Amino acid sequence: MLVNQFLQASAERFRDKTAVVCGQRRTSYGEVETVSNALAHALRDACGLRRQQRVAVYLENSVEAVETIFAVLKAGGVFVVVNPQVKSDKLAFILSDSNVRVLVTDCHALAAIVDDLVGCADLSDIILIDSSETVLREPIADAVRLADKRLHRLDDLVATHSGIRPHNPTISIDLASLIYTSGSTGMPKGVMLTHANMIAAATSITTYLENTEDDVILSPLPLAFDYGLYQVLMAFKFGGTVVLERQFLYPYRYIELVARERVTGLPIVPTISAILLNLKDLEQHDFSSVRYVTNTAQALPEHHIRRLRTVMPRARLYSMYGLTECKRVAYLPPELIDAKPTSVGVAMPDTEVWLEDEQGREVAVPGEPGELMVRGAHVMLGYWNRPEETTKRLRPGRYPYERILMTGDIFKQDADGHLYFISRKDDLIKTGGERVGPREVENVIYELEAVQESAVIGVPDPILGNAIKAFIVLREGMSLSEVEVVRYCQKRMENFMVPKHVVFLPSLPKTTTGKISKRGLA
Amino acid sequence: MDQDASIRTILRKFVLEELLLGDSSSMVADDASFIESSIIDSTGVLEVVSFLEETFGIRVEDREMLPENLDSIDNLAGFVTRKQHVS
Repeated sequence: MLVNQFLQASAERFRDKTAVVCGQRRTSYGEVETVSNALAHALRDACGLRRQQRVAVYLENSVEAVETIFAVLKAGGVFVVVNPQVKSDKLAFILSDSNVRVLVTDCHALAAIVDDLVGCADLSDIILIDSSETVLREPIADAVRLADKRLHRLDDLVATHSGIRPHNPTISIDLASLIYTSGSTGMPKGVMLTHANMIAAATSITTYLENTEDDVILSPLPLAFDYGLYQVLMAFKFGGTVVLERQFLYPYRYIELVARERVTGLPIVPTISAILLNLKDLEQHDFSSVRYVTNTAQALPEHHIRRLRTVMPRARLYSMYGLTECKRVAYLPPELIDAKPTSVGVAMPDTEVWLEDEQGREVAVPGEPGELMVRGAHVMLGYWNRPEETTKRLRPGRYPYERILMTGDIFKQDADGHLYFISRKDDLIKTGGERVGPREVENVIYELEAVQESAVIGVPDPILGNAIKAFIVLREGMSLSEVEVVRYCQKRMENFMVPKHVVFLPSLPKTTTGKISKRGLA
Repeated sequence: MDQDASIRTILRKFVLEELLLGDSSSMVADDASFIESSIIDSTGVLEVVSFLEETFGIRVEDREMLPENLDSIDNLAGFVTRKQHVS
C-alpha cells in the first residue's frame, strides 16, 4: 500500500465527488487524479525526476499543492512541503539540505527567493502554478534561466502529458516525505517518513476518529505542518472532502464555511479556539454539522474545553498528543473529556507507549514523571543526513530488530494509565501550535551588530499558549529598540518565530562555567 | 472625498507603524491584500479590529470580520466609511 493509493482508490469510488474546496475552487477526486497523473509524467519526462528524488512544494494551501504532493508520489519521488512563510535563506537551506531537484511555487514567491536559488546545486527545474500565460516572459524568468534552471508552467505541463496513471515502482518502505521541524541546534531537520509510516499513522488516526466518506474537514493549518498535511491525506484515504483555508485569519469566514460546507471535522490548535472563543456572539452560530473537534500541538486550556462543549454540544472533542517524528502518539477518548480535561489519554491504535526515568527504567508508579517512549509502525526512519541527531531521538528498542522513539517530553500517568504532559526535556517552545527552537531565534538576534548576548524563552500567553520572549544585552555604547529587533526578526523568520516581547538587560544570568542560564528569566 | 482621504491617511499610518513596525520600504499599495503581502497574522487581525473600534468609534461585529472589509487599505477605508454613515 502506498500513500498515493489513497487518491487512486477514492478516485475510483467517487470520481465526481468534491475532494478539495479552496477559495472559489471545488475539485473532484477525478480531477485531482488526472492532473496529478499528468504532472507525475511531466516530473519524470520534462524535469528528469528519478525515483526517491525530492520535490519541494513552496505554496500556500491550495488545490495545486495537493495535486503536486500526489504527483510527486506517483512519480516515485519524495515531497518536501515548505511553509510559504519561510524566508528565502531558510528555504535555500532546506532545498540544499535535502538536495531538492524540482521546486513548485508561484511567481510572487519566486521573486523573493530567486537570488538564493542560484546556490542550490541540485535544483534543476522550477514549476510555477500561476495561471497567467505570460508568466514565463516576466523578468523573473530570465533570472531563473541565468541561474541555469529550467522554468515551467504547471498548466503547460499538465496539458502536454498523459492523464493516465504512470507506472510506479515505489514500495511501502520507500520515502514518501521529508517534514522539516525545528531543532534545538538552531537548524531545521528533515523527518524521514516512508509510505508505510504515513499509512500507519493515517490508519490509526482515522480509526479512532471514526471517519467515514461523509466527513467534511475544515483545515486552516498549513500543509507544511504535519497536522495540516494529514487532514488532506486522511480525507483522501476515507474519501471525504477537505476544505482548505490559507490561514486562520478571519474567524467569521471560518464559521461561515462550517455552516456552508456542513463541516463535520474541525482540527484546531489552541490559538484557533482562543480567537473563536473571543467572538461576542459565538453561541448564535450554526455548528450543528460538527461531529468532532481535534486539538493537538499544545494542550487546550480547560476553559476552552468547557466553552467549546457548550457551543458545540454534539461534537466529540479529542485532546491529542504527537510529534512530527511519528505524527501522533496518544488521544483521549472523547467520553473522558469532562472527567479528565488535562489528559491526552492513551496510546492510539497499534502504538505502544511507556515512561522511563533518567536511568532508563520503566516508570510504573502512577504520578511519577518519566520520558515518553513510543513503539509503532509510524515511527520515522530518522533525520535526513543527521545520523547524530537521529541517535538522540531513536535508540535500539526492546527487541533487537527495532528502534524506538524517545519523545523528549516528560509525562506522568494516572492510575488508569492516562497520560498527562508535564514538560519538555529540551527547551523547544510551543507557540501557536508550532515548535520553535530558541537557538534559531537567538542566532537571528545575534546577527544584529548591537547585540552582545541574547537568550530566548517561552512565556505564558492567553492566545498563543506560549509567546516568544527575547532578553538582550547590548554592546557598550550601542543602542537598539524593541521595534528594531522585532522588525529585523520579521524579515528573517516566519511570523510565529518572531519575539512578542523584547527586554533589554544589563547582563544575563550565567552558570558557573560562564554559559548563559535561562533559569530565573521570565 | 476629504473625509475619505483623511481616513486613508490614518489607516496608512496604522499599517506602517503597527503592522510594518515603521519599515517604510515594505509599505503596501492601498489595494494590496494584507494576506497576499504576508504582513498580517491572526493576532494582527485582532489588532486591526481594536484599532478601528478605538480610532473611528465604530463597533466591528463578528460577522464583519471578513477579508472584504479588512484585508487592504481600500477595503478598510470603504468599511469605515460605510460604518460611519450607518451610525
